[in-house]
Amino acid sequence: MGNIVLKQITKSFGDVQVIPPLDLEINEGEFVVFVGPSGCGKSTLLRLIAGLEDVTSGEISIDGTNATEVPPAKRGLAMVFQSYALYPHMSVKKNITFPLKMAKMDPAEQERRVAAAAKVLNLTDYLHRRPGQLSGGQRQRVAIGRAIVREPAAFLFDEPLSNLDAALRVNMRLEISELHQTLKTTMIYVTHDQVEAMTMADKIVVLQAGFIEQVGSPLELYHNPRNKFVAGFIGSPKMNFIEGADAQKFDAHTIGIRPEHLTLSTTEGMWKGVVTVAEHLGSDTFLYVNVEGFDAMTVRVNGEFSVKHGDTVYLSPDPEKLHRFDQQGLRIA
Amino acid sequence: MARNVSNTRKALVTAVAWTIGILIFFPILWTILTSFKTEAEAIASPPSFLFFDWTVENYVEVNSRSNYPLHFMNSVIISIGSTLLGLLIAIPAAWSMAFVPAKRTKDILMWMLSTKMLPPVGVLIPIYLLFRDFGLLDTRIGLVVVLTLINLPIIVWMLYTYFKEIPGEILEAARMDGAGLWDEVVHVLTPMAIPGIASTLLLNVILSWNEAFWTLNLTAAKAAPLTAFIASYSSPEGLFYAKLSAASTLAIAPILILGWFSQKQLVRGLTFGAVK
Repeated sequence: MGNIVLKQITKSFGDVQVIPPLDLEINEGEFVVFVGPSGCGKSTLLRLIAGLEDVTSGEISIDGTNATEVPPAKRGLAMVFQSYALYPHMSVKKNITFPLKMAKMDPAEQERRVAAAAKVLNLTDYLHRRPGQLSGGQRQRVAIGRAIVREPAAFLFDEPLSNLDAALRVNMRLEISELHQTLKTTMIYVTHDQVEAMTMADKIVVLQAGFIEQVGSPLELYHNPRNKFVAGFIGSPKMNFIEGADAQKFDAHTIGIRPEHLTLSTTEGMWKGVVTVAEHLGSDTFLYVNVEGFDAMTVRVNGEFSVKHGDTVYLSPDPEKLHRFDQQGLRIA
Repeated sequence: MARNVSNTRKALVTAVAWTIGILIFFPILWTILTSFKTEAEAIASPPSFLFFDWTVENYVEVNSRSNYPLHFMNSVIISIGSTLLGLLIAIPAAWSMAFVPAKRTKDILMWMLSTKMLPPVGVLIPIYLLFRDFGLLDTRIGLVVVLTLINLPIIVWMLYTYFKEIPGEILEAARMDGAGLWDEVVHVLTPMAIPGIASTLLLNVILSWNEAFWTLNLTAAKAAPLTAFIASYSSPEGLFYAKLSAASTLAIAPILILGWFSQKQLVRGLTFGAVK
C-alpha cells in the first residue's frame, strides 16, 4: 500500500500553467520530499495528489488504481497542513477521532486507536482540551495524530514545521522521521527548507517553476547534482560558483565548489582573498571571503580557524570534488 | 494619582453613555408611559411624567377593538417564515461565494447590495399588480416571499462575511479526513458558523418584524401584522395618543424582549465585518 504514480500530469490556473507535464513515481514506504523555492509548484503538486485540486490533464494512480477523478475523501490519504487545520470546536480527542467517525469504524476500535495514537504522540493528558488551549508543537502532534489513526495509504505533509520555532522544529523533524521508521508508510513531505529535505528524505524531488529538476537520494543530489540549480539549492552553506577564465582552466563554463571542499591557508593557494566576515561556531568556522574578480565566496572549515575581518587568506579547491557545468548550466560528467 | 484620573474619566464616560442611552430609549419609555394615561392626560400640556392616574383602560379598549392575537401571530409567521426561507436560500449562496468564488462573485455581491438602495416605493406598483394577479394580496405567504426578497441581500452578505472568516484549510482537512460534502457542512462548517448564523437569524427576524412599508401596502385584514395594527390607531377622526401608545407598546414588546435576551449576538451581527 502507498504506491503513487503521476503520469503526464499538468495543472493550469486560468492561462497560467503552474505544472507542465510531469511524471513521478513514489514507491511504497518511501519518504519523499518535494523541495524548491517558494512558488515552484511543490504545494500544488501535493494538493493534486491529495485531490484538493483537480489536475488539468494526466493521470494519478494510487496503488495501481486510477485516482484522478476520485474525491479527496476517498483516496485513502491523510494530510497534515501548515496551519494544522484542527477543528477548533472539537476537543483533541474528537479531532483525532473525526476521521474514524467518518469511516464509521466500530466505536471500541475507535477508542483503542485514539488511545494508541495519543500515547505515541504524548497527548494522553490533553485529550479533553480544545486546540486553542494547546501550544504550537502540541497542535502539530494532534494534526499528526489525526492523520495516523486512519492508517492511510500515504501521509502528505505540507510544510508542517514552518510555524514552529527552531528548537521545536528539530524535535518534530526527528519525531516525524521516527514515525516513518515505525509505520513504514509512504510519506510525501513538502518543504522549502533543504536541511529538512536532506535529513528526512529517502528521495528528494527538486522542483523549479513546476519542473522536476532532479530526483534522487539526498547524497546523490549532493554529490552529483544534474545542474547548477540543484547544485546551488542542495547543501548548506550554498555552493560557490565561478565563471570566466578560472572556470575555463577546468574546461567548463561555470565551476562549482562547495564551501566544505575549499582548502584554506594563510600562506599559499589558488585564489587570494580578504575575509569580510568570520563566523566561529566552535565545531565549524564559516568565512566569507572577497576574492579578486569573483563574488564573495563562502568557506567552511572544520573546527576552529583563527582569522578575522580584513585578514588575507588563500583558497584552493579540492579538484576531486569540483563540479563543472556547461553554458546551459548542465553538469559536465 | 493616575488611578484617580482614570476613575473620573470612567465616571464621565459612564455618565455620557447613560445620557445617550436614555435619550435613545426615551421615546419608547414615553410611549409606554402614555399608554397608561387617559386620552386627556396624554395630550395635556405641560405633560405629566409619572404623576397621573395610571389606567389600563387603553389596553382593554385596544384588545376589544382589534384582534391583537391575530396580528401578533401574523407578525411571528411573517418574520420567522421570511428569515428561515431566506437562510435556506442564503446559506448555499453564501457558501459557494465564500468557498468556490467565480470571477464575478464580488460583482454579484455588490449588485445584490445595490438593490437595497432602490426606494421600495419605486417597485410598489409592479409588485402590487403581481400580487393582485397571483392572488397574493393580504396573504401571509405573499408577505413571507416579499420580505425574504427584501432581506436576502443582507442575509447573504452577513453569512458570506462569517463564512469568509472560516479558514478553507479546515474544510480541506475535513475532506482529507474522509468527510463528504454533507459531513463537512454538518460536522465542521455549521458548528463553526453557528454564532454567525444565529446573529443573522436574529437581525432578520427584527428587520422583518419592524418592516412597515410592504406589510402596510400589501395587507388589509387577514394577513395584517402588528405594523398594520398600530397604523389602524392613527385614524382620520383624530389621533388617540393613549390608545396608539398602547397598541405600539403591545407591538414592540415581543421584539424588545427578544432583543434584550440576544444582545450579545445582535452586537456581533450589527458590526459584522467591522471587527473580527
